[in-house]
Amino acid sequence: MTYADWFREDRLPHIYCVGCGNGTVINCTLSAVDQMGWEKEETVFVSGIGCSSRAPGYIVTDSLHTTHGRAIAFATGIKMANPDLRVIVFTGDGDLAAIGGNHFIHACRRNIDLTVVCMNNMIYGMTGGQGSPTTPPGALSTTTPYGSGEAAFDLCGLAAAAGANYVARYTSYHVKELTRAVRGGLENPGFSFIEALVQCPTNYGRRNKFRQVMDQIEYFKSHALLVQKADRMREEGKKIPDDMIIIGILARRNRPALGVRK
Amino acid sequence: MRTEIRFSGFGGQGIILAAVIVGRAAVMYDNKHAVQTQVYGPEARGGASMSAVIIDDEPVLFPKVTSPDIYVIMSQEGFEKYGVSVTEGAVMLLDSTLVHSRPACRYIEIPATREARESLGRDIVANIIMLGALVAATGVVSREAIEKAILDSVPRGTEELNLRAMKKGFELAEQVKHG
Amino acid sequence: MQGNTACAEGALAAGCRFFGGYPITPSTEVAEHMALKLPKTGGVFIQMEDEIASIAAVIGASWTGVRAMTATSGPGFSLMMENLGFAVITETPCVVVNIQRGGPSTGQPTMAAQGDMLQCRFGSHGDYSVIALSPASVQEMYDLTAEAFNLSDRFRVPVFVMADEIIGHMREKLVVPDTVPRQERKLLKKGDLPFRAGDDLVPGFPTFGKGYSVHVTGLTHDERGYPCATSPSVHEDLVNRLVDKVESARDAISSADIVNPDARVVFISYGAPSRAVQQVLHDTSRDDIGHLRLKLVWPFAESLLSRFPDAETFIVPELNLGQMAREIQRHTDRTVIPVPKLGGALHNPSDLAGLLEEVA
Repeated sequence: MTYADWFREDRLPHIYCVGCGNGTVINCTLSAVDQMGWEKEETVFVSGIGCSSRAPGYIVTDSLHTTHGRAIAFATGIKMANPDLRVIVFTGDGDLAAIGGNHFIHACRRNIDLTVVCMNNMIYGMTGGQGSPTTPPGALSTTTPYGSGEAAFDLCGLAAAAGANYVARYTSYHVKELTRAVRGGLENPGFSFIEALVQCPTNYGRRNKFRQVMDQIEYFKSHALLVQKADRMREEGKKIPDDMIIIGILARRNRPALGVRK
Repeated sequence: MRTEIRFSGFGGQGIILAAVIVGRAAVMYDNKHAVQTQVYGPEARGGASMSAVIIDDEPVLFPKVTSPDIYVIMSQEGFEKYGVSVTEGAVMLLDSTLVHSRPACRYIEIPATREARESLGRDIVANIIMLGALVAATGVVSREAIEKAILDSVPRGTEELNLRAMKKGFELAEQVKHG
Repeated sequence: MQGNTACAEGALAAGCRFFGGYPITPSTEVAEHMALKLPKTGGVFIQMEDEIASIAAVIGASWTGVRAMTATSGPGFSLMMENLGFAVITETPCVVVNIQRGGPSTGQPTMAAQGDMLQCRFGSHGDYSVIALSPASVQEMYDLTAEAFNLSDRFRVPVFVMADEIIGHMREKLVVPDTVPRQERKLLKKGDLPFRAGDDLVPGFPTFGKGYSVHVTGLTHDERGYPCATSPSVHEDLVNRLVDKVESARDAISSADIVNPDARVVFISYGAPSRAVQQVLHDTSRDDIGHLRLKLVWPFAESLLSRFPDAETFIVPELNLGQMAREIQRHTDRTVIPVPKLGGALHNPSDLAGLLEEVA
């Protein structure tokens, strides 16, 4: 089997824009799930609202497409009621970190055995490009027409601080690494959080000097800094520029977890 | 016949438990009907706490006390808030250690907190002394029933202490009756 | 036993095996009792981070096939509204207990009210229908909570146990039956479309983890469960079915006590005020007074009114400003007298008796 065997074919084509990074993340996730050898019947995808959250509708397993921000809370009910199910949540930056921020940190604290994959495009894509909690300072959106004046969330830092067992960040450029990272999350008991930065050419890129799809992917490539290298730089007293994206496995541990399959 | 009993004191005295025990005695051991209610405030301790129980031979329909036949009052603040509006025909048992006012109805003075402290060494059983006195003075439930209901309701290891408190209540009420 | 404890016991007897909740006065004892008992029955209790998450977890759990519930009051109930709409459109069985307290907002946390009767019916956005029960005794806290699970599984709708602080917190005798009647959730036949319903308008349930590969979405969806949010006819058909599956059964599932059907003056009540009305009927020597006590409030079965053919006046005491009186009025040409009461105290029987003298 390959990742393609997990698609719900009668639902294709999908709604994503040409050049959208979400498809890459879905493929990486399904590849990781496929590598795990899991059965479709025991796997459940859950999501909230937004572009990312349409993903479960294209996957041929049981899936629950829920309300805005609440996917993790729904997934918590599924996993606690039947720990035999493998539960994966697709979410986005607005869904996860704005309206769903409280559920996110409490799921990390409980360390419930879910894998949450966040497609972070730094914007509300589905509703036409409004600022989100991860919109970088200065970036343009329809609700930050003069540049965002707020700080952005470090989603991985949040997850690690709140107690998640496994935390990783990559981008849509890092296909192999992202697939491995998701697989690591699926293997690790407890709460696993994988952030995937994705390009949104329609609503982020064209407002923020990424005229072509490849421009933003190129940016991800040139601004990615492996966490081990970042740590070395800090030890050496070197300054890490603010716009660098720290990638890699940022936390992997085995704290007591909830809802783990027996 | 419907009998309405109102308990009042300060939070922490076991005012609610006292009403629950009387209700349980009536329903479980005297084969009567009862409804127990209470007033909840935001305080967990202190304040004026109030609970009530209605006992009847037939099912209790209206669950709230409207005109209590019997009052059990264990604090001055409880008296002022829940004990001043007595009707003439009512009877009040009051903890004379803590309540210094007296009502405009028949009343029975029970030094429950003093006896709990001095004879039994534990303030906490003053409510059980009041229950014993209530039963001895009014017969609202039987002595056997209240004893069983107390044993059902108190923490394990405190049964003997509570039964002594109950009996102390019987005695104090009998002394008043005969004295 | 206390009403809230009886509610939890009724749920356990009905086979409830999941409780997701958040503490809130005056419903907290339900959660506390479930926290104590569920682990011993192989069930799951989880205290969520808020009421939005609580009802979400309950809905998630329900999709694994278990009977699931939550309990809340006032502000918590308001927070649940959006996800209750999700339960409606995804046809997820779940039981929500509301121990009503005085509102709006924080209002009177420790005092009784019936101010959420319209909210439970209409509180989420869009058109829909649900089922609501209203217990008037500790015994009914047990019995009606157990029944709520049967109705919820049968119709695949949220079922509300709309109690109040008086019934929730009072203690009285509870007779625990040997067994409670249990009607199981009808499962989806393999090969059938997951959201295609038969004559009963309720599709079979495709439990997660059983190979149905079902997609469940809060978007308007076709019979396959696939999003179809811009087709006027798909939306119209779906919403009409969601409403009709409940409303067409309103006479069949109606549950009420009827006293003195020949009466000229009839009290209509549900929940705690019923106890005041019962006292009035017990104390009066008149034989022209009737009582319709609703145990199932929504969907309101207007045919119950015609069970009192000689009625000239309906008197409706409620712990609100006349929420159900408004519903009753629209189904009858007889005089409807609301008897609103706010503040937390119950209608006094002597006041209701006085009103009776004024009316007739």
